[in-house]
Parts: sequence; structure tokens; C-alpha cells
Amino acid sequence: MERRHVLVYVENINGRLNTSSFELLTKAREVADAFSGRVYSVLLSAGDDPFREAREVIARGSDVAIVYRVERELLPNYLLHAEALTSAIRRTRPALVLVSATPWGRSLAPRVAARLGVGLTADCLDVYVDESGEIVQVRPAFTGNIIAHIKTSSSPVMATIRPGVFSPPKPDYSRSGEVILADEPLTPPEGLEVVGLSRERSVRLSEASVIVAVGRGLRRREDVALFEELAKILGGEVAVSKPLVDSGWFEKERQVGFSGNIVRPRVYLAFGISGAPQHIAGMRDSEFVISVNIDPSAPMARHSDIFVVGDMYEIAQKLVNRLKAFKSYESRN
Amino acid sequence: MALEPGASEGNIIVLVKPTPDINKVRFDVERGRIDRSSAELEINPFDLYALELATRLREILGGRVIAVSMAPPHAEKALRDAIARGADRAILLSDKRFAGADTLATSYTLAMAIRKLGGFRLVLSGEKSVDGDTGQVGPEVAEHLNIPHASFVHRVVDVDEDSITVESDFGDGYYLVRLRFPALLSVSRPLTFRGESLEPRIPKLSDVLRSRRARIEVWSADDVPGIDFRRIGLTGSPTRVVKAFYALEEGRRPVVYKDPEAAVEEIIKVLRSRKLLR
Repeated sequence: MERRHVLVYVENINGRLNTSSFELLTKAREVADAFSGRVYSVLLSAGDDPFREAREVIARGSDVAIVYRVERELLPNYLLHAEALTSAIRRTRPALVLVSATPWGRSLAPRVAARLGVGLTADCLDVYVDESGEIVQVRPAFTGNIIAHIKTSSSPVMATIRPGVFSPPKPDYSRSGEVILADEPLTPPEGLEVVGLSRERSVRLSEASVIVAVGRGLRRREDVALFEELAKILGGEVAVSKPLVDSGWFEKERQVGFSGNIVRPRVYLAFGISGAPQHIAGMRDSEFVISVNIDPSAPMARHSDIFVVGDMYEIAQKLVNRLKAFKSYESRN
Repeated sequence: MALEPGASEGNIIVLVKPTPDINKVRFDVERGRIDRSSAELEINPFDLYALELATRLREILGGRVIAVSMAPPHAEKALRDAIARGADRAILLSDKRFAGADTLATSYTLAMAIRKLGGFRLVLSGEKSVDGDTGQVGPEVAEHLNIPHASFVHRVVDVDEDSITVESDFGDGYYLVRLRFPALLSVSRPLTFRGESLEPRIPKLSDVLRSRRARIEVWSADDVPGIDFRRIGLTGSPTRVVKAFYALEEGRRPVVYKDPEAAVEEIIKVLRSRKLLR
């Protein structure tokens, strides 16, 4: 088979490389190995030491890191990143380009695809090489009820990949690789100024190891305090199902579901969530699922490892009491 | 296809996608696409926010609000709805040659139609469509037009004659972005405009009646000057669904508890065995 390469765009908005970009390197390595090709990474750097970021991506499986150096205030300018990615594609002529399907990636990748006149597949769950040596992209459609396998006839094949579907590779700092400091200047695009960070994200459900999710069983907005207490004791986050966002009680940042956040915590505790397909699509990859519902026929049961038929308030309160006692016992000893 | 500077007379173009109600429509697994033949089409919910924002911006910037769709002929009703919701003009790009378009061909076609219209300050779209769910068409249109864009816009902070300042979700945080006109915005919900929360309006009866008499302009590929027929529809679409199937409901086998005490004991045991109790 002809040697073909994979290019990974590594997201760097604020000086910290986005870990979801590392996940792409796992898949890139696999596809590049199938083609006996190389894994290239491209990133922008505003640091004093552009080799620092290059070392990170090489440690995670890149053979070549292409670094574009920019002024710090230009780092969050996505159109500049689009320039860099376009230029790296022209330079390395990869068979496959992977971008993380973060909001940033989903804003930038379409510009690059349109500029090159190539296809782009959104929010993929997988990419593989089929028996004829062609790249196939796998993505959910229709609120996740349908899984579509997609081929692209233009080159390179471009895909954005949903964060969290691949595990990031363990870094190996003894790996060697080539670092290219790109010397062509990037032209700041006209008409766009990224003034700066306006608000931090208040919650990051995708990274939580424990999620306490509440649904329509919540009778009043303020009742969430009980579940917040439980989440706090467990070092987790409170999440909600779509109806609680639609009613205006909670911000979308806290929503789990196809149209909200896709999560995969170690333990997902669902209180008063019936389990609509759109919710299941957001949590089905959780390691362990515990749900509490007054209705024994709730569809959520089929997606749970422990299903408690009962009152969500009662169970949550009992858990809080028990865990508090447990904690104070632990701290005394 | 860069725009000529100074060509702006200040219209606001809203990209409106007529979409089927995804709870009602069928997916054609054999052909790997949505069976739109029977489904009634309504405006994609995200695009309703774009339309609402457009009418607010018109109060400040002037110009006309023009709704543009690429869809089958029976999407005309959705465009009447756009008129009822405040659009001054509605254009339906409808032609068999447009059919089967992916985001690349769709965005090219829309961009060519926008170029024909000319004289715009802003192009607005919803963050994504409920059926395709890619969110790609907005930024791709911006690229074809060679204008800046902002995606996942949650707040419109300020607007003046020359520029608009918005808050855009980058994923790791919300950033303030200033775009000089002409520009494109993909808007999300919740959406605020100068601090006020925006919700799509419910059209008044008089507006609905007026929209019934409105003329929906239908453009075929021949009505779009300079369009490259190799770049539209199925021919211009590099991505192809090769197979599609229903996602397997993997399901779990739950241990069911009805006694609260026993349930709590078991949950504690699970949390402890997973080392989640510190």
C-alpha cells in the first residue's frame, strides 16, 4: 500500500494544548500505521519555547510537529489557525486531516474545507481504513439513532472528531520526532478581532468523574441544592436533562444529551430522568449508571446498572446522610 | 469570490433551513438519507433565533431582512413563516440539480445566491440544523464569500455602522469577538442581544395573513449567474453515506432495588469499590 500520512490539528487557544487534540493522535497513529505513513501535527505557539509544545505532541505519537509562531494576542484568532492548517495541509499533502469537534474546531475546520474545496464530516465517533484501503468516517445522525458510515471522494479526507471518544496516548518523552518551525508568515485576516476571554466556562461536564444528573422529577428549581450537596460530597458535578434547560431553570452548559454535553463519567447518577433517546445519547458511555425513578417502567432502567424504584428526594437525602457520616468517621480515624 | 468593498447597502441575509420534525420523520436506511418526501418542513429551530436577531438588528442598522433557503419546492410554507416572522423578502433556491448536496455544495450554492443579492452587511444562520447537525454551512458560506465569521454566538454585545461585537463559545471559554461588516454569525441559544434575552416571536395573525399573500421568489440554478454546475448538488458533494444502520441499543441489565435502605447500601458499596469516596 502506498505511504499516506495523517495530519492532526492541535488546538492551542490560550497557551495550553487541548487534551482532546491528544485523543486524535491515538487514532492518527493507527491510520498512519495502516498506510505506513507519518503522523504530522500542526499547532500555533505564542510561547518563548516553541519546542515545548512540539515535545508534547511528539511524546504522544507525532512523527513531525509543525509549529507556527504568533504573537500572544493573536493566539485566539481562529482565522489565523485556519491559515496555518491550510498551509500545513498544502505542505504535507496528507490523506486524512483530523480536528477535534470542540466548538473551536467546528468553527475552524469548515473554513479550511471550503477553502480547499473538500468534504468535511462533522463530529465523528470513529475513522477506519476499510479492506479496499479507503478511509471511512463514522458519525451519528438523527439524534444518535442512526450510525452513518461516510466516504469522501475529495482529498484530503477531513473530519472533526467528538471529544472523549478516543483515549489520549500515554506520553513517552523518549520518543524522537522532527520539529519544523514554519517560516512562512501568517497573514492576520481582515475584519476579525478577538478581543479576549469574556467569561470562563462555569462547568466542564465532559471531564467530571462523577455526575449527579436531575430531570423532570425535580419539583422546584431550588430543590437542586440537595443534589448539589451530593455532587459536592462525591467530588462531582450536577447535570440536568433537556426539559430543565428548556424551562429556563438551568444553563445549557449543564445539559447532558445529544443536543447538550456528551459525558462519560466513572459513575453517572440519574435522579428523576425518564431516559428519552436524546438524553441516553449523551450518557450511554458512562462506566457505571445508577438511576432512581418513581416509575418502574422508565426507559432509563435499560441503561442502568442499578435501578432504584423510589422517590429521588428520599434516596438522595439518605445518600447524603450516609456519606456525611462515612466522611466524618473517616476523618476521625 | 471576494466581495467588492463598499458594495454594502446594508441588507441582512438569514440562512433558513426548512427541516422536518425529527420526531416524526423517517430515516431511509437503504439510501442513507432522510426521507423528506412526506415530512412537513418547518424552519430549523436554531434559525428562528437568527431570524429574530435579524429583525432587531434591522431596527438599528436599517436595510431589509432577506431569508434564503435551499430546499425542495414544498419548503415554500417555511419561507412564508419567515415572512410572518419579520423577513421582508424570501428566496427559495429550488432545483433538482441542487438535490443531494452535502455541506460543501450547499454552502457554495448559498454563497453564490448571496453574491447575486449583493449589498449585505450581515449573514446570519443558526448554529446547526436539527436534522444534519453539522454546523458547517455557516462557516463554509463565510469562507466562500471571503468574509469573517463567528460561530456559537450566545451574546450580541454591541453593534454600530461598521462592526458588531459578539460573545462566541470557543469551548474552553466565551470570547469577545469584533467583526467588521460584511460578516457572518452562527447563533446559538440561549441568545441575548444587548443584555436582553431573545426568543423567537410567535407571529401575529395579521402577519400570518400577510405572509400568505407574499411572493416567495423561487430561483433555479439557471437564475444564479456564474454558478458552476459541477459544484452543486450531488455532483458537487464529495461526502457520501456508504452505509447506515440503526444504532444498536446495547442496554444494560440493571439490578433493581425497591427498598431504599438496601439501594443506598448498594450504591455506597459501588462508590467505595470505585474509589470515589475520599
